[in-house]
Amino acid sequence: MQKTMAIFKKEFKSYFISPIAYVFITVFLAVSSYLFFHVFFLNNQADMRGFFDPLPLIFLFFIPAIAMRSWAEEKKIRTLELLLTWPISDFEVVAGKFLASFCFIAVAVLLTLTIPISILLIGGKPDIGPIITGYIGTLLMGGAYLAIGMWISSYTENQIIAFLLGVVACFFFYIIGSPFIVMFATPLIASFFTYLGLGGHFESIQRGILDSRDIIYYFSIIGFFLFLNIQSLAGRKWE
Amino acid sequence: MTNSFMLEVRNLNKRFGEVHAVKNLNFQVPKGEILGFLGPNGAGKTTTMRMITCYIPATSGTVQVDGLDTVTSSLEVRRKIGYLAENNPLYGDMTVQEYLTFVGEIRGLSGGQLRSRVDEMFVECSLTRMANRQIVHLSKGFRQRVGLAQALIHNPDLLILDEPTSGLDPNQIIEIRQLIKKIGAQKTVIYCSHILSEVSATCNHIMIINEGQIVGSGTAEELTANSARGNRYIVRVKADPSVVRGAFGAIPGITQVAVKPAGDWIVAEAFVDGTEDLGESIFRCAVSNGWVLSELRHETASLEDVFTQLTRG
Repeated sequence: MQKTMAIFKKEFKSYFISPIAYVFITVFLAVSSYLFFHVFFLNNQADMRGFFDPLPLIFLFFIPAIAMRSWAEEKKIRTLELLLTWPISDFEVVAGKFLASFCFIAVAVLLTLTIPISILLIGGKPDIGPIITGYIGTLLMGGAYLAIGMWISSYTENQIIAFLLGVVACFFFYIIGSPFIVMFATPLIASFFTYLGLGGHFESIQRGILDSRDIIYYFSIIGFFLFLNIQSLAGRKWE
Repeated sequence: MTNSFMLEVRNLNKRFGEVHAVKNLNFQVPKGEILGFLGPNGAGKTTTMRMITCYIPATSGTVQVDGLDTVTSSLEVRRKIGYLAENNPLYGDMTVQEYLTFVGEIRGLSGGQLRSRVDEMFVECSLTRMANRQIVHLSKGFRQRVGLAQALIHNPDLLILDEPTSGLDPNQIIEIRQLIKKIGAQKTVIYCSHILSEVSATCNHIMIINEGQIVGSGTAEELTANSARGNRYIVRVKADPSVVRGAFGAIPGITQVAVKPAGDWIVAEAFVDGTEDLGESIFRCAVSNGWVLSELRHETASLEDVFTQLTRG
């Protein structure tokens, strides 16, 4: 636990030492706020649908940008050799790194709380329930994207490749459950695809329904890809 | 079970696809020894170290550190080892203090013990002035000290240094070498290098490896004495080259004579088998032939000779 914390602290801090954190947060807030407010005043409805709806697509690019460096950089500057010869289990390293990136994403997401606060301030009376579940769903979805992106990052020492493949992998899980794909599949496969897709679960959560199946789904995705991540470290025959 | 060997390597093999990087390596390192692991670039030194440090698995064979297997007791083995990897990778964005504290935490130190170990490392590796500098801004010499401090912070039983002086200037090399000698007084050290003077200056046992195999092992003296072409007498005389070759060649114990002219003089190299002192016979031979003699000295093979001889095949 102490070791996981040591990794967590180091990784979390390293975001804020470099300009990454500030650039990321600024751009993320600008994009998500713009996409929200440019429909908010037209719709004239005090809810946050306009904020949550585009998030799966925004995350498609923002989360792999966070995940890409986690292993690729360690490989590039060869510190992976140190990390993996220290007395720390692969699980502890992966957990520490995941938590650090997750908390960083959480910081960025929580800074968007200015949006519901603005709605309240301008006199809107939004339904608080869907907003709370929306934020929970956002964090769960972010975690799932992050686990996928980190896993991809463990296969390359090139951050650009890690980013692009991360986008592709996340996009795959995003689109697989969409009606566009599902309508071509047989009913059995269709329901399987719908379950696997990242987007559908997020929609039901942000509508205000916190179903345990959706939560289990996200935790399974996170767990599964962290497991693959540990496996890819254990099979380090990449040289 | 008490174990007198800190490291035991048995039938170790590593293949990377077609490349057989380490071939059936067998060796032991007794506790307290400084082993020089010598070989040309690409000989398999780093690959061997990576298997010992649990970074990559062996294709076959076993490595035991203090009686513990690197595969079945990986974490315990890693706890015992301090490792300065090739090219000394470091997290450049941290300060020296942050980095050493981080490594200490991963090594399981905490609280006052952690703080005092970090401070000891500052003193031992002369890093005190650099404590709050970002590692990326340090000179190579200081980076190397940080790498060493990282490897030493948990007071390891086995210290593995892979090319610890590469890229340093002569003064820095001497400093690092002294530091390693000081450390080596209490620990078992494996010192990888392709620089011979380094290894002969710091190590009490030397192993030469080439193309994944051990080609020589012993103290520096043993290695040079066993060298086939090293032990020789250099004689500078005024005489006819072919006569000199014949006369010296007739002396019992001399196996081969090479003669080359040097101005008015000729320089003869008489290679000797064994350790017998032939200086007197050579001198008497020159006197009885009436040659003018201006130099007669005995040379043993340098470690360079041994190295070249063993690694050129």
